[in-house]
Order: sequence, then C-alpha cells, then structure tokens
Amino acid sequence: MTRWLPRVYLVLVYLMLYVPIGVLVVFSFNDSRSGYTWGGLSLRWYQSLFHNNAMVEAMWNSLWLALSAATVSTIIGALTALALHRYRFRAKKVLNGMLFVVMMSPEIVLAISLLALFLLVGIQLGYLSLLLAHVTFCLPFVVITVMARLSGFDESLPEAARDLGASDFTMTRTVLIPVIMPALLAGWLLGFTLSLDDVVVSTFVSGPSYEILPLRIYSMVRVGLKPEVNALGTLLLVFSLVMLMLSQWILIRSKR
Amino acid sequence: MKKTLLSLSNLSKQFDGKNVLDSLNLDIYDGEFITLLGPSGCGKTTLLRLMAGFEHPDAGTITLAGQDLTGTPPEHRPLNTVFQHYALFPHMSVFDNVAYGLKMEKRPKEEIRERVDEALAMVQLQDFKGRKPHQLSGGQQQRVAIARAVVKRPRLLLLDEPLSALDYKLRRTMQGELKRLQRELGITFVFVTHDQEEALSMSDRVVVLKDGEVQQLGTPREVYERPANLFTARFVGETNFFPGEVESIHDSAITVDVFGLKRTLRRPDFPVRPGQPLHVLLRPEDIRVLDPADAQGVAGKIIERNYKGSTLDSVIQLEDGSEVLASEFFDEDDPAFDYRLGEPVKVSWVDGWEWLLPEEADESVHEDALTDA
Repeated sequence: MTRWLPRVYLVLVYLMLYVPIGVLVVFSFNDSRSGYTWGGLSLRWYQSLFHNNAMVEAMWNSLWLALSAATVSTIIGALTALALHRYRFRAKKVLNGMLFVVMMSPEIVLAISLLALFLLVGIQLGYLSLLLAHVTFCLPFVVITVMARLSGFDESLPEAARDLGASDFTMTRTVLIPVIMPALLAGWLLGFTLSLDDVVVSTFVSGPSYEILPLRIYSMVRVGLKPEVNALGTLLLVFSLVMLMLSQWILIRSKR
Repeated sequence: MKKTLLSLSNLSKQFDGKNVLDSLNLDIYDGEFITLLGPSGCGKTTLLRLMAGFEHPDAGTITLAGQDLTGTPPEHRPLNTVFQHYALFPHMSVFDNVAYGLKMEKRPKEEIRERVDEALAMVQLQDFKGRKPHQLSGGQQQRVAIARAVVKRPRLLLLDEPLSALDYKLRRTMQGELKRLQRELGITFVFVTHDQEEALSMSDRVVVLKDGEVQQLGTPREVYERPANLFTARFVGETNFFPGEVESIHDSAITVDVFGLKRTLRRPDFPVRPGQPLHVLLRPEDIRVLDPADAQGVAGKIIERNYKGSTLDSVIQLEDGSEVLASEFFDEDDPAFDYRLGEPVKVSWVDGWEWLLPEEADESVHEDALTDA
C-alpha cells in the first residue's frame, strides 16, 4: 500500500497537468463539429485554419512582431547590461532599480501608461506601437539574463585579448560577445516567447491595422469555441516545445 | 655591461586617494629573470599592470629600449602577460588560444600553424591542440597560457603569480620549466610573487616591495644574506633578531654586547657609535646549539623540535623569554641526534655569520605589514 500510494499520487498530478493538453491535441484531429463528441480522425480543422486568411495573417504578424521585438530588446538589453557591468556611474543603481520596476509592475499599469504615452506623442496604434511596447516589457528580462552571465565573467579575458594585440572593438567581437552568446540567445528566446503570448499589453496598444494571434484567438473564443482553435493550440504547443528544446540545447552546449 | 630593457622612472599611482606606488624607479635588464616580491597590497601587481598598459600611471614614465611606452595602449606594447588565473578564452580550442596573438598580427596561416605548433611543443602540449581549456588540468592550462604569451616573441614577459593556483609539487615542476623556458627563449621575465622561496630559487634579481616602495633590489643571495632593512629580513626567510649594543669600535670590527656576551663582529656599512643599539640577525641555519656546560653562548631550553627529514628544526627559549629558531643538519656520525623538550642548551654562532642592522624608528609597523602577508 505504502509503495503504490506515492505512485498513484504522482500519476494524478501529471494527469491533472497533461489531460487538458491531451484533450486539445486529440480533439484537434476530431472530424466532428462539436467539441464534445468524437467523430473520427481528420485534418479538416488544420485545413480550415490555413484557409482562414485572417488567422494566417495574424500568425505571421505575431511571428514578425515577436522576432523583431526579441531582436531589438536583445541588442538594447545587451548594451545596457554591458554598460551596467563595465562602468561605474552615479545613476547606476537607479537605472538598475528601474529595470526591476518595469518587470514587477502589473501589466495592466504598463499597458495603460504606454497607451497614454502613444496617444500623447501621436504614435498610431499598429505595428510600431506594439513593437515599442513589447521591447519595453522584454528589456528587463534580457538585461538580467545577460548581467547574470557577465557577473561570472573573468575580467582578465578582455585584458588578455588586448595584451595579445586586439583593439577594444576586436576584443568585443572575438572574446566578449562569443563568451556571453549563450546569455544573448537565452535572452532572445525569452523575449520571443514573452512577446508571442502577450495579451494584456497588446490589447491596449494594438490597432485594427495590425492584428496579432493572441488577440485573434481571444476574440474567436468569445463568440464560441471553434475546433479550429484546437488545431491552432496544437501547432503552438509543438512550436513552443521546439523552442524549449532549442533553449535547453543552447544551455547544455554553453556549459561544455 | 648589462643593457637596460625596461626603465620605470618616478612611477606613481593612486587608487581612491591611496598611494599604491610612490615615485618608483626600476631598471630591468635585457634577458634577466627579475622577481617582484612583497606581501599582498605592496603594489607588485599594480606595477605589473602599469607595465602591461592595463593601468595608467598618475606620474612618471615607462621606457622600453629607449621608446616611451607610457601612453601606449596594451595592444601596441611589445610585451605579453601570463595571468594569475590563466585567462584562457573558454570558447576557443588550445590551438586557437595560442594562435590568437598571431591572428591579431595578421600573419599568414601557414606561419601561424608552424609557430603555434612550435610553442605548444615547447610546453609539451602538442597532443592537446583540439581540446578546450576546461578539458585541461590546472598545470596544462598554465602551459597553454605561457605558450600563448611567448608565441608572439615578446621582448618582455610579465607573469602575475602564475603558479599560485597550483599545488606544491606541480609548482616546483613549473618553476623548473619556467627557468628552462626563460633560458631557451632569452626573453626577459618579470615575475610577480608573494612566495619568497619561489623568488629566491628562480630569479637573477629580486625586488622587495612594501607599500609601493622598493625595499631592496639585489640578487637572491644579497637579499637573503644581507637584507637592507628589517622588513626584508623578516619577509625573506626566517630570521632571529638578537638585541645588541655597540661597546667599542675598531678599524674593521666592532665589539657588541649580546645578552652579556662580548662578541667582536665585522664593522657594518652604516655609521656606528659606542652605546648604539643594534639588531644582530642570524638565520636559523647559522645558529649553533651547544652543550649547557659550554663557556660561551646564551643559556636556554628546547621548547619545540620538528623533524624535517634533512634537518632538525628546534625552538629554543632563552632566559629572557625570547625564542630562537635553529635549523641543524643531521650529522652522519650521529644519526640518532635529537633533543628532548625542556633540555637545557646554549645558543651561539660563528663570528662573521651574523648580519647587523641599525634600529629603525617605526619597527612596530613592520610587524603589522608582516601579519598581512
């Protein structure tokens, strides 16, 4: 009894976590129109998903947005982290603290303040406003990831490179960036996933000209659950699994 | 006549308002093995970093073979550094690490390969070319760091406590290898260490530093046998200090009262006058331990004995409470030679083996500096 009880408990916990996902995946291949009865195996919802032009467009929009937001925030974030690591200046602590404020403050606050800012400055709600907003909330995560890597960085490495004849720029290119590359990639992936599934901030700062996937799904679900959503969910699941494996692979490789 | 390669004149450096180096002058000869020796915080690493160009002096100049280097960035100085923790590039193979400096010089590929192979052969690592630094042992990483620094054929090699992370046995092996490399390459070595034994056994000349000032500059023998001041005497090796007082002065000798004994000693270089207090310095191996019945010598008793294999080291407490270290070689005629604790003895030395130093104004300060080390 004492031997199988923990096992049953473990199985229950995992069932709890994975049955809903399993149901979603299974029903994405369901031929029946209803979400509750099994009508045989079929790929029709995948087909109708890809024939839904608005949906496909939202998917591309989302991917493009996530890609650009992750890239921009990685570049700015890496430079910020390097500056915070390398130089001693008076506003350093304030700057550091402000990053945490952005990270910790409720998303809704960030969303409202960004919307107010965009209206004030006169930025049209669309791709640009979404990009700026996504870069804003991704930035602290990138900075913290890169800073963590830099804190374990051997300060004599840049000196060794200079000593061997590298200019500051060459040293950065051949030593500094390769050594912090795992952190840059991890930060980029983090930004990418954060941007891809953001709803709250995006709801406020998106406009009719640029619809993105999470908002599209949200509005679809509101008018009733269509089996198409199951297919989309399965695709997203596969996609995030690939991303997860990719990030783990980078992490393991960097430790070697 | 020895040619000066690197000349430091009036070098000063402050960190946060604290003097680390204070108008320091030093000439380093071409082809020599010179060691900067001192306790932590004495400025030896700062001095090395100034030579390498990682720090800029507040005042003074650095000249290499007549060329002013003071404002030259590190990448344009014809000297290379071996770092304390090796600083190997973790993302590059051993080959790429060693090739880095030559790639910066934009040497042809063929030449790079030849010279890297040659440098790796010199440190017996030719079979490890493809490894990453973390796949090597500490000693092997150390060798890669040395190969990487010498492959550029620098005029001067700076070594910042390169052996401090290695265990005792490996350190001894590497000391020998460094000496061999220096002889073979003919490169001037500037070696930083806080280990006086290492400094004495490896160097042609030793610079003893304290608080950013040169305490003594000389051959290992000079530094050990004729220390310039109490700091050097205490820092380099073990020393017994006997209080002495000048009784009378002759042409080339003086009579000194040590614990009531009148000894006639060699007259020192510094001026002496009758009644002047002196330090009589004796290394443990210069101490003679005599029978308590002996007429000369200072009475005391054995309070500690340590068998060291080739020597018997003992601590003798004199009647006034002060302690004397003695280190005696085993006598072939008496292999059972030993002391028992509490055994009464007398302590003496052969006249002329001592070294005399005048009393210094701030003697307590030296004690403090030593406990830091």
